[in-house]
Amino acid sequence: MLYWNSLSDFLSMGGYGLYVWGSFVLTAAVLGGELLALRQRRRRALDDVRRWRLLNGDAPHDPSP
Amino acid sequence: MSPTAAITTPARIHWFRFAAPQQFYPLAGRLLPWFWAAAVLLGVAGLVVGLLVAPTDFQQGDSYRIIFIHVPAAWMSMLMYVAMAFWAGLGLVLNTRLSSMMASALAPTGALMTFIALWTGALWGKPTWGTWWVWDARLTSELLLLFLYLGFLALQAAAEDPRRADRAGAIVALVGVVNVPIIYFSVQWWNTLHQGSSINLTRAPSMAAPMLAGLLLMVFAFWAYAIAATLQRVRALILEREKDTEWVQALPEARAAR
Repeated sequence: MLYWNSLSDFLSMGGYGLYVWGSFVLTAAVLGGELLALRQRRRRALDDVRRWRLLNGDAPHDPSP
Repeated sequence: MSPTAAITTPARIHWFRFAAPQQFYPLAGRLLPWFWAAAVLLGVAGLVVGLLVAPTDFQQGDSYRIIFIHVPAAWMSMLMYVAMAFWAGLGLVLNTRLSSMMASALAPTGALMTFIALWTGALWGKPTWGTWWVWDARLTSELLLLFLYLGFLALQAAAEDPRRADRAGAIVALVGVVNVPIIYFSVQWWNTLHQGSSINLTRAPSMAAPMLAGLLLMVFAFWAYAIAATLQRVRALILEREKDTEWVQALPEARAAR
């Protein structure tokens, strides 16, 4: 079922380890970074909603069309 | 659709209900866990099949395994641009708030997908072509796609008023969409180092079954990821732009103290 005979075989990727792992690791880092940024953005947006209420009292506007 | 229009025509078209940010925000929130779960499960399955089970390629050796990221990322980079142009154009024509927010939410993930496609392409090109980069049609048009995404994002960031930002961004998105078919057909229209497509609707796939399975799993994983990231970002955008509305102020997550 598994194609590889050993872990070092797997890591060396038939001599192409640098290229293969360079692709997979960078992709994981980029997507992981995006996830962190998305979480932070939501947190900041919710903070802004609360700050707006503090500055404007408890009487929100009707949405503009 | 403005919220009032959505309220006055509920019986005819229920779908337009979700064109109102107020309706779409909770819907996206309910969908999100499913898309994140699908992205993780499909991604793990795709990595197992692609990296552990699939055999090596007789021509390219194990460098071919870059395909499991390169092709899904390249497809998403084009698809997301078309989706972005669609929503931006709809926002421009109908002046709907949510459409433009969808376009803005798609752009950062689309740009990242383009960057991943270019990066993995360079890392694949070096061992197979002997060079990181050539100025041929496929690579150059994909680089142009990255600049179109970055131009869209820069224009949106530069405009103070969100409505003006939406309009400026929509122009870039719509003008740039002609680049997408150029990318897609470039390997047929011009002589290029880049290989033709490995998967085609009209021909049997030219790859071994586990390779194809791994690739399809990764394609679906990237789909799920892109949808989840876009929905998550559009929810934040809705909060940012509608923080002064009654319904946002009434949200339980905005009520609770941190």
